[in-house]
Amino acid sequence: MLSQQIINGITIGAIYALIALGYTMVYGILKIVNFAHGDIFMMGTFFGLFILKYFNAPFFLAFILSALFTALLGMVVERLAYRPLRFTDRIVPLISAMGVSIFLVNLAQLVWGTETHPFPKVFPIKTYTFNGMTISSIQILILVLSVILMIGLHLFVTKTRIGTAMRATSMSITNAKLMGINTNFIIAITFAVGSALAAAAGILVGIYYDAVYPTMGYTAGLKAFTAAVLGGIGNIPGAMAGGLLLGITENLGAAYISSQYRDAIAFIILIVVLMVKPTGIFGKKEINKV
Amino acid sequence: MLQIEGLSIHYGVIPAVKKLNIEVKQGEVVTLIGANGSGKTTTLRGISGITRAKEGKILFQGKDITKMEAHQIVAMGISQVPEGRGVFPDLKVIENLYMGAYLRRDKKQIQRDVEEVFHLFPRLEERKEQVAGTLSGGEQQMLAMGRALMSKPKLLLLDEPSMGLAPIIVKEIFKIVKRINEEGTTVLLVEQNANMALSVAHRGYVLETGEIVEQGTVTELQNNDKIRKIYLGIH
Repeated sequence: MLSQQIINGITIGAIYALIALGYTMVYGILKIVNFAHGDIFMMGTFFGLFILKYFNAPFFLAFILSALFTALLGMVVERLAYRPLRFTDRIVPLISAMGVSIFLVNLAQLVWGTETHPFPKVFPIKTYTFNGMTISSIQILILVLSVILMIGLHLFVTKTRIGTAMRATSMSITNAKLMGINTNFIIAITFAVGSALAAAAGILVGIYYDAVYPTMGYTAGLKAFTAAVLGGIGNIPGAMAGGLLLGITENLGAAYISSQYRDAIAFIILIVVLMVKPTGIFGKKEINKV
Repeated sequence: MLQIEGLSIHYGVIPAVKKLNIEVKQGEVVTLIGANGSGKTTTLRGISGITRAKEGKILFQGKDITKMEAHQIVAMGISQVPEGRGVFPDLKVIENLYMGAYLRRDKKQIQRDVEEVFHLFPRLEERKEQVAGTLSGGEQQMLAMGRALMSKPKLLLLDEPSMGLAPIIVKEIFKIVKRINEEGTTVLLVEQNANMALSVAHRGYVLETGEIVEQGTVTELQNNDKIRKIYLGIH
């Protein structure tokens, strides 16, 4: 049924969007793709799992704590793997990102093993049916939390002093410095916020799919990156829209064409959109003045 | 107020400015004139901490700022209006002004200073909710200057405020430079338009391929035959 597929699509799309925001914010400022972001998402999921399982923390406390730890991890990654390469060619931090990605996957395997872990049952699963459509309590949780986080991010970026400085820095690091903005601090905050959102997405994915494993960041990362590019990389509302669009079309494709092609559909959409509008849905044309 | 002693800045192995000695005293407008590529912008970027000095010292109010970070230099009281204006194109006019006041926390006073900037540049007030990228070149220059003033600088560095603007706007801008100075801000002005620059300055330096070739008061420079010929177009 169509509306059912759309609901499922929005659910997973909201998660893609949360992860995509991290890619797009970092790209917006540094013009690099943080290919380790998918693995930061994975680490966030494990942090959540760990805190819930071993400390028996209440759900929302665990949610906040793992977001904090993951934010810290994102800042450490920026400090160690990207900042020393700030003034090199753009390809160099890309390779560094791959290194971080491999490191994090191996670290997770070392600490938590290579097997798939179930996620602690912290949230009562109920399903509600109306008009033949089912929606679970988990889906509602995902939708509500992602909407809150996205509105929060929007307010942070558009209304606060630091958020405005973040946008200014993404337009020109040099001119931002001339305002007295400590751009290194702003960049660190950007990594922190993006990583915290990835951790939130990670916990929601953990609850939704009940499967946590060290290589889970790979596909999720690729999909979210696709969502960011779809929406126009560097553009925050674009990442949100791109995530939802990707989630919905992917689900419709899986339902009406073939579920085996689910992942292929995501990339077909990407290729088509990029052929029609290379800058993505919300992307602006870059004008290079000579 | 500002003393530059033996400043050299290199881009890679290529020297952009060589052993500059420049002094700006409190209350002055000092201009740095020279052709394209003579090292004017590099000098300003060196003072602001955007480009690092290879040798030499930059002292501001007696303190060595040569190795300070750009944002710390702004905090010391030096504000730069960069070449090409450098407004944040996707931020509103008002947001650009708030960014100028980034280091300040006195909200009420910031609000009053915004009003003051609008008083100085009434056209910005009309456009305060517009994003800066949609402003005309002259309006962007006004915004860049207003934004720099929002940090309450002791020393204002202006990089080619006349660039790409219609003569009538250039006149307006220079009138305001004069006014800013009269209200107590020291100005270091970089210009290719020597005529305009000398019309507002007290003293000047002439840069050629990274070296100071002439210096003196405005009258001295205006009466210098070589400067009259090359920079002022008077024969």
